[in-house]
Amino acid sequence: MLQQIEGSRAVASAVALCRPNVVCAYPISPQTHIIEAIGAMVKAGELDAEFVNVDSEMAAMSVLIGASAVGARAYTATASQGLLYMMEAVYNVAGLGLPAVMTLANRALGAPINIWNDHSDAMSVRDAGWVQLFAETNQEAIDLHILAFSLAEELSVPVMVCVDGFILTHAIERVDVPEQTQVDRLLAPFEPRHVLDPHDPVSIGAMVGPDAFTEVRYLASIRLSRALDVLPPLAQRHSDELARSVPSLVSPYRLDDADVVVVAMGSVLGTIKDVIDEMRDDGHAIGALGVSCFRPFPKDQIRDALAGASRVVVVEKAFSLGYGGILATDIALVLSGRGIPIHTVIAGLGGRPVWAASLRTCFNEAVDATLSETTFLDLDEEVVAREVDRMAATRRSGPSAENVLRDLAERSRT
Amino acid sequence: MAAQHGDGTATQLRLHGRGGQGTVTAAELLAVAAFEDGLYAQAFPSFGSERMGAPVEAYCRVGSKPIRTREPVARPDVVIVQDPTLLGQVNLFGGLTSSGFVIVNASRPVQELDLDGLMGLIPLTNIVSVPATRIALEHVGRPTPNSALLGALSALTGLISPAGIIHALEHRFAPAIADANSRAVREAYDVVVAERGEVISAAAN
Repeated sequence: MLQQIEGSRAVASAVALCRPNVVCAYPISPQTHIIEAIGAMVKAGELDAEFVNVDSEMAAMSVLIGASAVGARAYTATASQGLLYMMEAVYNVAGLGLPAVMTLANRALGAPINIWNDHSDAMSVRDAGWVQLFAETNQEAIDLHILAFSLAEELSVPVMVCVDGFILTHAIERVDVPEQTQVDRLLAPFEPRHVLDPHDPVSIGAMVGPDAFTEVRYLASIRLSRALDVLPPLAQRHSDELARSVPSLVSPYRLDDADVVVVAMGSVLGTIKDVIDEMRDDGHAIGALGVSCFRPFPKDQIRDALAGASRVVVVEKAFSLGYGGILATDIALVLSGRGIPIHTVIAGLGGRPVWAASLRTCFNEAVDATLSETTFLDLDEEVVAREVDRMAATRRSGPSAENVLRDLAERSRT
Repeated sequence: MAAQHGDGTATQLRLHGRGGQGTVTAAELLAVAAFEDGLYAQAFPSFGSERMGAPVEAYCRVGSKPIRTREPVARPDVVIVQDPTLLGQVNLFGGLTSSGFVIVNASRPVQELDLDGLMGLIPLTNIVSVPATRIALEHVGRPTPNSALLGALSALTGLISPAGIIHALEHRFAPAIADANSRAVREAYDVVVAERGEVISAAAN
């Protein structure tokens, strides 16, 4: 049914349609509205699930492990520092091969403390063994959550759906919320691959030494990588049932004959597509490639989609300090040997708006072959230079965050 | 005004209020009203710290095709000011398009408001002052100006219909509260129609 609702509410509805048995979560911005809405549905008797209030994110993910291990369909949601706080258990869910689903309402990692959107939280668990799916719109957020439960239970791997905090979670836009009968057709009752069952006892979570650790991890990686084969037909099945295109591994946009291709993940693709349409109108051969599935990384699909590109611009909302772009590094590896330029544009950190005009400047520079290898979009170079100078001039120059804020306040007064 | 510009881009609105006044709720109601009218809409808060009483912004786009951009509204076609104490305190009209509209919640007429930076920027007939808080107190019994401001928006621009706003209120509130707010929508609509009639005839004279 078409509705004009908040992204968090849309995600909550999608999760409820998947009939989770256990929902456990600890509130943190910008995830809070999601679990508040699910909690309200449980309380009102609209959702027959056990809603477990926990005292921390570490407890939330631990409850998720326990619930999933006894065969429950289990769900949680978090963001940013909450994800860091549950980190040990995040790795354990994946290592144990438990098919839990989690929403990550993407938010920056501190310090400095910042509650707004970027992808540094998702990137911090890149190697944990979860499938990581990125939503471009709230419609995709709905559809990817249903797909996530299907995929998780098919492969017995955990799936994380990344939804841009505030930008999507707090946006009120038109979404089509599926009917229960449609979701029931897509999502069969959970049949666990392994389960703690008193009638058929097994132990889960063995200590594994040097004699077998490599093999167990190798098998875990094979199991995770199977998502690359399983996801496209599964997404097709969901697309057929829901009568719309449910994202799978990659989402190409105007790639035919595109010389310059912009690669990105999440909601920034919307703004990027608008800029690409304008540049296409001006006669530039430019297109975009959305990476919907970041882990496992769809190397072959990306290589195929970028086969015609002569230049690639990766726009990403995170970076590896002391190195550079994270997605860009993965893209560069896929394209190694091609010898084409790959640019990194770091944008939208800590909720900085990603302006179409700024993107257009970058993309025009890419077309003109004048774009730098790495660009920090809309970086305030004056403020950076002042702090660099201060650090050079004084040993005890003080904390950078406070210094920069003071400089900005001073500038706004003059 | 049409729901979108000639180039197909959506109509953009920026709402200014103070933390606790329901600025985001106003943007949401506006988006739902547009949806009820069969349009595409997107509403979202500004990504700043929300403190009780601090100036806040919320944004809305309305168009006749899906809206993809995620950037904040920097060049609004409509500015709605929920709290007149923001006038002269915050850059309310930055980026306003030359054919734009302004709606101020105030009990004084437009000529008596501190609208420095706005005069000469857009036609006087595109600015209205509506006593939305008074209308809300009268009908709803609480100082919640959103419904009246949306009624004024409907009268001033035609972007959304009064029926769409009332449907949005019915979705959000219990029947008695929705009904009280609907009366506020209609009164504000009528106030603005009357006020504009006066301004337009004064301008003609």
